[in-house]
Amino acid sequence: MLALQILIDGFAISALYALGAMGFTLIFGVSGVLNLSHGAIMVLAAVAAWAAASVLHTDTYTGALIGIVVAVIASFATYFAVVQPIQKSRRIPNEEKEIFVLTGTLLWGIMIQELIAYFFTNNAKTVLPIIEGVVNIAGVRTPQNEIFTAVVCCVVIGLLWLLVNRTRTGKVVLAASMNPRGVTLLGHELNNVYIVVWAIYGVLAGLAGVLLGMFLGVSSYSVGPLTASAFSIVVLGGLGSVSGSLIAAIVVGYLETLTAYLLNPAYRTIPALLLLVVVMYIRPQGLLGRR
Amino acid sequence: MVLKTALRGSASLIALAGAVALGFGTNSARAADPIKIAVIAEAQAIAGASIPQAAQLAADEINAKGGVDGRKIEIVTYDNHSSSADSVRAFQRAVNEDKVNAVITSYISEVVLALEPWAARLKTVMVTPGAASNEITKAVHKDYEKNKYTFHGYLTSASLALSVCDAAKDLLVDGKHMKTAVIMSEDAAWTKPLDIGYQECLPKIGLKVVDHIRFSPDTTDFTPIFNKIEGAKPDVIITGISHVGVQPTVQWKNQQVPIPMFGISSQATNETFGKDTNNASDGVLYQGVSGPGLAITPKSLPFADAFKKKFGNYPSYSGYTSYDEVYYLADAIKRAGSTDSDKMVAALEKTDWEGTIGRVQFYGKDDEFTHGLRYGRGLITGAMLQWQDGKQVPVWPKEVSKGQLKFPSFVKVTSK
Repeated sequence: MLALQILIDGFAISALYALGAMGFTLIFGVSGVLNLSHGAIMVLAAVAAWAAASVLHTDTYTGALIGIVVAVIASFATYFAVVQPIQKSRRIPNEEKEIFVLTGTLLWGIMIQELIAYFFTNNAKTVLPIIEGVVNIAGVRTPQNEIFTAVVCCVVIGLLWLLVNRTRTGKVVLAASMNPRGVTLLGHELNNVYIVVWAIYGVLAGLAGVLLGMFLGVSSYSVGPLTASAFSIVVLGGLGSVSGSLIAAIVVGYLETLTAYLLNPAYRTIPALLLLVVVMYIRPQGLLGRR
Repeated sequence: MVLKTALRGSASLIALAGAVALGFGTNSARAADPIKIAVIAEAQAIAGASIPQAAQLAADEINAKGGVDGRKIEIVTYDNHSSSADSVRAFQRAVNEDKVNAVITSYISEVVLALEPWAARLKTVMVTPGAASNEITKAVHKDYEKNKYTFHGYLTSASLALSVCDAAKDLLVDGKHMKTAVIMSEDAAWTKPLDIGYQECLPKIGLKVVDHIRFSPDTTDFTPIFNKIEGAKPDVIITGISHVGVQPTVQWKNQQVPIPMFGISSQATNETFGKDTNNASDGVLYQGVSGPGLAITPKSLPFADAFKKKFGNYPSYSGYTSYDEVYYLADAIKRAGSTDSDKMVAALEKTDWEGTIGRVQFYGKDDEFTHGLRYGRGLITGAMLQWQDGKQVPVWPKEVSKGQLKFPSFVKVTSK
């Protein structure tokens, strides 16, 4: 009974983590950007979905959609207002650009976080579930929306895989992550590739944020922990490796759930962080990292 | 005093010259000077946001009636971002640079406990409208001369536990024949004495405590906690939550946890809680010092309505106390005839003020909770309210009750 409960809860959490980390790792893989405003964009999506439903009185689907659209806008804003100016700057030496992007996105994230706190308070907001009610799975009372969340995550991850491996745009993106110069030589504008990737990122982060808002609820305080959890999942899986992140998300999700149920909910994140330290010692490139 | 009267009588040149002779820029207050009250609070948190708003409302009302002996009240607000460090900086600035006469601060016990030594060092009167820890008043009792500047304008955790138990006796034990309870509290300074209070008084009223869960205020997923609680099969969950509120409430509803929640839930006291939880709050029972539609005193309803009119929502619990505090600070200053801290302390100790939450009097030097609010019938007892169909409905005590208990369909209210 408890085992089944852990299995179900762990799966939903893992799927959500995977979705959240997927866009984060994609951006890094393709453009070398570690986007530390990731958590802020997720929270922004959830808060936008909440505000749409409770302030503007839209229905749940429209609310969720507004959340995702806001995340895509925020994603483009991050790219055009923060990342691109740093990358194009002539005054910042090339070898320091990664640090500048890191700092720039971190500050950008804090700005978004403070704005959310200012306008919508730092208390948690929750997005109205798309499906209400619970089902009984062999004695475990499971919210239907939790199942819905897991299904959506799996479907979207599957679609992303199809997009990257089976479509022309996807293949260009994949190629850009392996050899940007080669892609340019083949006549593709690298800038367009980046725009596509940031659009995909916006959708993924927005969806993850809205689903998290339905499942657990988020507040402006969640910004830091969400960025940190995506970061540690991605580092654990191997920076830039999409399948690595997937495996790492499942490992972290289940490890956290097991800790919460069997030890104490207060220690939830500790074993996963310890694992991260151990992996960094033994295999610094992460589980499936290439570099 | 002489100077003050002279200026109030007629703002003559002689008096002005006298003032110059005595030296401008000194701390001595002149009659035309406003009385400055600093409000250091959590403007971004739903439990704390009402504090500066309510204080301003009270000041506006007092000023509209001519102020205190001709002196206007000026509220100086500082957002502390729920941080003790920010609060200490704000406190120092308020006293040393902005020259405030008194400070109203915070709903977070950790913040007030961090400020208490500063109130002592800078000899500045400080009142909290929302923190609850017993330690605040215990420090005053232990070292009165040093800490006497701190007043506790909200119920101590010990009184809160009593208030919850008194309500639980009538509503749950006598009303619904409940027999068992699980205590679910966030791990914070204010819940330590609260939980001790719960563990003492719940068995006395006939509720056996079958489990006691303290969880980290950082918790986001409450599934394992509700799971553990359900395993203990209690009739009711007795809550002690303030830093969290929205998430456990929404997850309680989404997971359809069949056990009612009853107790302290600070965020639920603010009317915005319904929206924040998309009305998952329906059925939640929470202790309040006052609330919408709750006529604790003749002042409660007019204040709540004026607040709603001005700010768009009914205040959280700390709004009521903050509003009262501005009034009884003004009253104390009037009686003391001075904004001198020691004279204000002496006057505040004699406070007998009918506010929005009841009759405000403070425990004395020899009582256990020195400078805490006196609890009891005829003074302050608190009330129990329930979220019903997106509204806060008073259900206890009987004299002010406006409705019967009503739970969402997934909650099973039956004694086993």
